[in-house]
Amino acid sequence: MSADRLHLKVVTPVRVVVEAEADEVTLPGALGTLGILPGHAPLLVTLGIGELSYRTATREHYLAIQYGFAEVAADVVTVLPDVAELPAEIDVEAAREEKRAAEAALRSAAGEEFEHQRAHLEAAVTRITVAARR
Amino acid sequence: MPSKQDLRRRIRSVRSTEQITKAMKMVAAAKLRRAQTRIMEARPYAAALEAVLRSLASRVASHHHELLVERPEHAVTLVVVTADKGLCGAFNANVLREATALLEGGRWEKVELVLVGRRAIEFFRRRTYATHATYPELMNALTPDAAFALARSLAARFAAGETDAIYILYNHFRSIMRQEMTLERLLPIERAKIAGGERPGAYIFEPSPQALLGHILPRHVQFQVLRTLLDSQAAEQASRMTAMDAASKNAADMIDQLTLTYNRTRQAGITRELIEIVSGAQALAER
Repeated sequence: MSADRLHLKVVTPVRVVVEAEADEVTLPGALGTLGILPGHAPLLVTLGIGELSYRTATREHYLAIQYGFAEVAADVVTVLPDVAELPAEIDVEAAREEKRAAEAALRSAAGEEFEHQRAHLEAAVTRITVAARR
Repeated sequence: MPSKQDLRRRIRSVRSTEQITKAMKMVAAAKLRRAQTRIMEARPYAAALEAVLRSLASRVASHHHELLVERPEHAVTLVVVTADKGLCGAFNANVLREATALLEGGRWEKVELVLVGRRAIEFFRRRTYATHATYPELMNALTPDAAFALARSLAARFAAGETDAIYILYNHFRSIMRQEMTLERLLPIERAKIAGGERPGAYIFEPSPQALLGHILPRHVQFQVLRTLLDSQAAEQASRMTAMDAASKNAADMIDQLTLTYNRTRQAGITRELIEIVSGAQALAER
């Protein structure tokens, strides 16, 4: 396989979201953002909530993803998130509403519930950000 | 001999039944297509997940994980998957008969049931087997999240040592004409299923191989449950489609038969009237 491009596959339990050739892929790893370039060493990583971006010859693409994991092997990037949304699919109004609800809930939440709501907030913020990149 | 009136009424009644079974067949066909599409859509994820799991398992020195622990099967959990509705041929009956045979067969000392689908719940309500949990309405609106939630609760039960193994009994969709009774072990995960994925080169694991295994194995179980339920759903719709097709054919045959009888009765009536008229006229002429 030629080492100058990455083959990116984003697959969720319900569909194949993206299958494309990319020059660079940025993943929201659970421990921090990872940039993947062609020729990257084999890697297996868990993902958090965040923005996945990839660059093709023409432009930069964005996705909002939540959890799951990704594997990089022989210039094939396989991303298996629990949820993945394309900018065009995101309902910004609903995301804003979720953000407000999560923020309100966070003020009174504690412990496990706090973590739960924080994840909601993070997901909503990511969706708003990604939608704005359209 | 039934009267013409009776026959007409019966023909009308069978015809309306035929319309219903025909409609149900069409609905089942549409639902079957949807179920098959969902299975197809889930396939890439299944393939990718399995590849990742195998490659990870081949690299982790110790496969120690709570979902891999094999214990002697004293107490097991049996997940029985039926439909929420009937009118689908022998679909539900087959699963329930097999489940009863397993419970009576003495293969396990202690079995607790987890019932998916109203049919199973109703069947076991009147029986004395231990039931741990029931899931009505799950098959009706089957979403990945619902299937994953079921899987999580099963995995938690296994991990806590409350059960030694979890089996799942369901109808596997082989083709439209054929459903296959299948009993699969869900937990512990069979090591053979995740072994043998050698890939060259050193891997970077983030955070750690063990942590990744702990992340991916539950996912694997969740996905197995989803796949099984989707499979059962396709089988259910296929079974309903075949049953309703047969019912429509029977109704059509019955209508033919009744129409024939109706026409014969009608002709017999006409003939009898003619004979009466002719013999009446003759009697008059002879006088």
